[in-house]
Amino acid sequence: MATKRLVLTFPEKIVTKPITYRLVKDFDIQFNILRAEITADIEGKILLELKGDKDKIEAGINYLLSEGITIQDASKDIIIDKEKCVNCGLCPSLCITKALIINRQSYELVFEKNKCILCGFCENCCPVNAIKLKI
Amino acid sequence: MNKTIEEINGKIRNGEAVILNAEEIIGYVAEHGIKKTAKNVDVVTTATFGPMCSSGAFLNFGHSDPPIRMTKTWLNDVPAYSGIAAVDAYIGATELSESEGMAYGGAHVIQDLIDKKPVKLRATSYGTDCYPRREIETFITIENLNQAYLFNPRNAYQNYAAATNSSKKTIYTYMGKLMPNMGNVTYSSAGQLSPLLNDPYCRTIGIGTRIFLAGAEGYVAWHGTQHNPQRQRLANGTPSGPAATIAVIGDLKKMSTKYLRAATFYNYGVSLYVGIGIPIPVIDEEMVEFLSVKDEDIYTEIFDYSVQRRNKPSYGKVNYGQLRSGNVELRGEKVLTGCLSSYKTALEIADVLKSWIIKKSFYLTNPVCQLPSEQKVNVLNVLSEDEL
Repeated sequence: MATKRLVLTFPEKIVTKPITYRLVKDFDIQFNILRAEITADIEGKILLELKGDKDKIEAGINYLLSEGITIQDASKDIIIDKEKCVNCGLCPSLCITKALIINRQSYELVFEKNKCILCGFCENCCPVNAIKLKI
Repeated sequence: MNKTIEEINGKIRNGEAVILNAEEIIGYVAEHGIKKTAKNVDVVTTATFGPMCSSGAFLNFGHSDPPIRMTKTWLNDVPAYSGIAAVDAYIGATELSESEGMAYGGAHVIQDLIDKKPVKLRATSYGTDCYPRREIETFITIENLNQAYLFNPRNAYQNYAAATNSSKKTIYTYMGKLMPNMGNVTYSSAGQLSPLLNDPYCRTIGIGTRIFLAGAEGYVAWHGTQHNPQRQRLANGTPSGPAATIAVIGDLKKMSTKYLRAATFYNYGVSLYVGIGIPIPVIDEEMVEFLSVKDEDIYTEIFDYSVQRRNKPSYGKVNYGQLRSGNVELRGEKVLTGCLSSYKTALEIADVLKSWIIKKSFYLTNPVCQLPSEQKVNVLNVLSEDEL
């Protein structure tokens, strides 16, 4: 069983296609929609967590690409600028999945990518502009 | 056993002084007790690093030829106050850029100056017989300013309120982003490391006290604005809300942006992170009692910032141990907490100050004058002249 977090960008013409249904039906992939921003007539984005057989996920991804969907690895999309960060600890109060925490020993901000659901709550909270979210 | 500042400085000079930071002293007292600690430890270094809006710097630009009496002044498009002498100005930390708005402000100008970046100076004037020039546009760096000194009217608040938001929408405040339905709680204090919480009655901190200010040596200049020493206190001396404050001064040319950092609070405005470290002399056993204060013994109150009034409803008191744990209970539910001030940087400042004292490059001072202990905070009422 493999797990992957992906940000899918749907071009305007296929926003209305039942893409995620095909992922379940044809590739036996379980998915969890962590975030979605889709409207019928403009480009849409979904943050998906996929669970399933490694090869089937691979095949599912190829299917998505063939449909003209752009795929990004979600774990790469939030960037903490360590040079700018002052380790204040304001962002953990907005992080519902606790991907951002202040380590109780080092008092340093720690970001655990695999917990992040790219909700974006943290982005505009940083007083020193050290958080960049790209979705 | 009581010690004088002179005796402590003598020990520093002889390399015999025992110096701990305000975190280390907690364990030391727990292990050795009050009496022994008072005898063995000479100095405790305290510190804080948080956003302090009431900050700014006085600058003197030198005279141009022909000279100008600057009436309106801008630094990188941020207005500076120049209603003082011809080429003096005060750049306030929270002043916003006229071209970039909240993305850049006085705090950023101060940060760019310290980083030795060129800053655009523009000024206008009405022109006088002795100052004929009516406008000037040029570039400056901190190195060619005659004086550049930080003078912050209110810093290092002795405790501060915590914030939450009971409304249905996200609000953006000077306490940060507050999520709807009490989705989070934010606070801003170094707690057990904080200077004025370790000397709650300001026995050793007063006018003239030498301090660490943003990486350089600075001084306590005065009591800070809104200084409120008479606030109710716990038995350990700490107040459960904003109380004493200090005004501080120091040479901007010697400061470091590691300890003085511009900040923008989204949809609120600009502020300045200021790093302050204060050495507290262990003069007697009472001082040890104060210095051994820990996060769990210091309380603050959570207020509802969605109520746009001076007096906001309270959701009760919590201690800094709870706040620092990452969540507190609010109406029976666990709520995430976040801090505006950096404990990590505060601890680093306490240790830098400790190293300065060990290296004998920093000695302790007796206050020239105590801070007022009987002041209260007034409010502003909207009155006509005859209602006064």
